[in-house]
Amino acid sequence: MPDATGLELIGQELGSAVLDTVFFRERATLVIEPDSVRDVLAHLRGEGYAFMASLHGVDYYPEEPRLGVVYELLDMARVDRISVKLRVHSQAPEVDSAMPDRPGDRGWPTAVHQEREVYDMFGVVFRGHPDLRRILMPEDYEGYPQRRDFPLGGEPVTFTYNDPKRPPATA
Amino acid sequence: MNPVDPERLRVRELGATQLLRGAEIEGRTQPAHLEGEELERHVEERVMTTTLDKAVAWARSNSFFPATFGLACCAIEMITIVASRVDIARFGYEAFRASPRQADLIILSGRVSIKMAPIVRRIYDQMLEPKWAISMGACCSSMGVFNNYALVPADKFMPIDVHVPGCPPRPEALMHGVLKLRKMVQDDPDSSWRERYGAVGTEEALPGA
Repeated sequence: MPDATGLELIGQELGSAVLDTVFFRERATLVIEPDSVRDVLAHLRGEGYAFMASLHGVDYYPEEPRLGVVYELLDMARVDRISVKLRVHSQAPEVDSAMPDRPGDRGWPTAVHQEREVYDMFGVVFRGHPDLRRILMPEDYEGYPQRRDFPLGGEPVTFTYNDPKRPPATA
Repeated sequence: MNPVDPERLRVRELGATQLLRGAEIEGRTQPAHLEGEELERHVEERVMTTTLDKAVAWARSNSFFPATFGLACCAIEMITIVASRVDIARFGYEAFRASPRQADLIILSGRVSIKMAPIVRRIYDQMLEPKWAISMGACCSSMGVFNNYALVPADKFMPIDVHVPGCPPRPEALMHGVLKLRKMVQDDPDSSWRERYGAVGTEEALPGA
């Protein structure tokens, strides 16, 4: 981890893209402006954080902006980690994809499946993603099941007593 | 070589039968022909009558061919019933077929997600009639601990003959379920529930077949 001072330095270099820096329990986190995500990630790659260990979604319901995307970056040489968080409004949950978007751009190819998963579970749309389809749920599934206002229960189970098609029991 | 005289052979057979019954043999040449009550008893001991339906059900119920089809952790217990401890070969079910076309029993061993359900149903439809299905474990019968958006109970999309509860069921429990199914097939080959769940005439036939 960068220590608290190191995190502040990184934050200052990024300027207005960074909304907040959080250093909590030895974990360094940058809270950033959603539109600047590609620039921030590219800058952090330059700092040595060249491995995207994870990309995942969060739902901060009922707060707004509600949907979060978290990028976990890892510096393999120094064994150093930094998290990048952003939040988008649930009315327009759009954020730029971290995938390489032009020839010669390194990007983060690992994001291809993880962005699809965040889209599948939280409904965050990644602009510029080459193949943004559902990845786990069926393609005709409606709704985003990991959102916190999604109904918790699943299919009601038919037992003998509540099977409508079953002829009534004769005593 | 002398050909065996059939008449003499029959006399010897009947003599041996009487010997088994404990009857006294006097002179050893006596009963050339059985008549009356003797004949009745003789026939009763040698001939078994049944209906064709029952005979067919007996044959079917003692030679299920389960499909090689595992869904989740329950499949490990399903594998175990073929192994030496609870050797299901004792009852004639050890031949797990790798193609649904050769199988007549599908054991749903694990959770079925709503994405998997059409595939499971397709495999079930590909199996040839008569066919049976066992829902193994809590997930596949009532979604178990995964009662959420992702899973669907097996009864929603295909008919199930036997539910084996457990998480996962022990191999003995699954074997008990298979033996229950055997009893079911022997006692009631006419499964009226198939019509309720739309499982009649859904087999997938090859074009032109």
